[in-house]
Amino acid sequence: MKELLLIAIGSALVNNVVLSQFLGLCPFLGVSKKTETAAGMGAAVIFVIVIATACTSLVYDFVLTPLNITYLQTIVFILVIAALVQFVEMFLKKNMVSLYQSLGVYLPLITTNCAVLGVALTNVQEEYNFIQSVVNGIGISVGFTIAIILLSGVREKIEFNDVPHSFKGSPIVLITSGLMSIAFFGFSGLI
Amino acid sequence: MNKCTERIYNGIIKENPTFILMLGMCPTLATTTSAINGLGMGLSTTAVLMFSNLIISLLRRIIPDRVRIPAFIVIVASLVTVVQLLMQGYVPSLYASLGIYIPLIVVNCIILGRAESYACKNGPVESFFDGVGMGLGFTLALTVIGMCRELLGAGAFFGQTIIPEQYHISILVLAPGALLTLAMLTAVQNKLKLPSATNGDAPQSALACGGNCMTCSGAACMANHAVLAEKKAEEAAKAAAAKKAAAEKALAAKKAAEAAKAAEATKEADKAASEPGKEN
Repeated sequence: MKELLLIAIGSALVNNVVLSQFLGLCPFLGVSKKTETAAGMGAAVIFVIVIATACTSLVYDFVLTPLNITYLQTIVFILVIAALVQFVEMFLKKNMVSLYQSLGVYLPLITTNCAVLGVALTNVQEEYNFIQSVVNGIGISVGFTIAIILLSGVREKIEFNDVPHSFKGSPIVLITSGLMSIAFFGFSGLI
Repeated sequence: MNKCTERIYNGIIKENPTFILMLGMCPTLATTTSAINGLGMGLSTTAVLMFSNLIISLLRRIIPDRVRIPAFIVIVASLVTVVQLLMQGYVPSLYASLGIYIPLIVVNCIILGRAESYACKNGPVESFFDGVGMGLGFTLALTVIGMCRELLGAGAFFGQTIIPEQYHISILVLAPGALLTLAMLTAVQNKLKLPSATNGDAPQSALACGGNCMTCSGAACMANHAVLAEKKAEEAAKAAAAKKAAAEKALAAKKAAEAAKAAEATKEADKAASEPGKEN
């Protein structure tokens, strides 16, 4: 139990997926203009990453390892993730309309989000078992959500500030996330 | 200029994927902690990009339009696996330091972007050189950013220490340094009004978002499909119009030729009629 908690905290705060590993940077910078959309994106990422880590971990343990084709992991994982996102989208559209309306827009975007593939590959690299993989997935996606919601809050305030002309637009967002990244260094004492 | 050298020039200078198009930011930020890491990442991306462009261009008439994205992803993923195994075998130290970012080349938007906007419309030779150019542009950018970060952050040039330790700004080789370096870079581009995706002056690609991750909100994806559909419809309309015009032209030319023939015939007949008169 203690070990699982360490994995979750480590991946959510200490090695934050965006701010220290730079995975999933595109949605982090792109969808963080408003807190509402940022929260929607975060929820969709949590949803997809948890399901994807479970699936890829099962596929790795019960298909790739017995057949001795673990070198095909990149191809298999990206296909599993792409198919999974399509499937989740179809399922939500049919059975959970309200959830689909709030998350649906973000789902296709997530296929190309490198965080999803990144988590699957990290799990293999760290030789996590099924439960550890899922916990790591939860930790990483919660870390992503924390980071994107924090950034969107700051960006909403920046709108009213007098930013130097050449720093308007993406430079100031990058500086903000750089400062957030420094702040997240403070968590490294946790473990 | 030769078409192939033009593609290489285009990739390195005119549409540099990092400095101007702002594509593939994740590896740019994550692997530029030192010049040699940047160089390694750039070269492995170049290898994948060259061959993915070549293969996709060769298969562009075979792959059905609807499943092209999954097909591209499978091709790219296979090439990435090849590169990954080669690197693991021949340069294990570089492989260890780049780690997870090698398999993540699959989701690098430069590769799918080039496949979608260039390789699936052009011949294999041009596509191959487009891949070489874009890859070298990416490599150059990563190496330069890596050199700056390594020099200021660790006081070293390709691993050779040249600045004493008390002058190092060690935050630059850590994660926040990457974000700050990129912020400065885009600010300088804004200040000097250089063409860049961040200030909207970059040459637009066929994609509505220009493949630009920095300003992506997801709405662009929908717009993308709309733009592509519109372009296709436009092209089809143009082709139809051109065909119609050609057919009309041919018809007109035929009529004109007939008229000319008829006129000539009447002229000749007139001549023939008038000649005997002259003789008389």
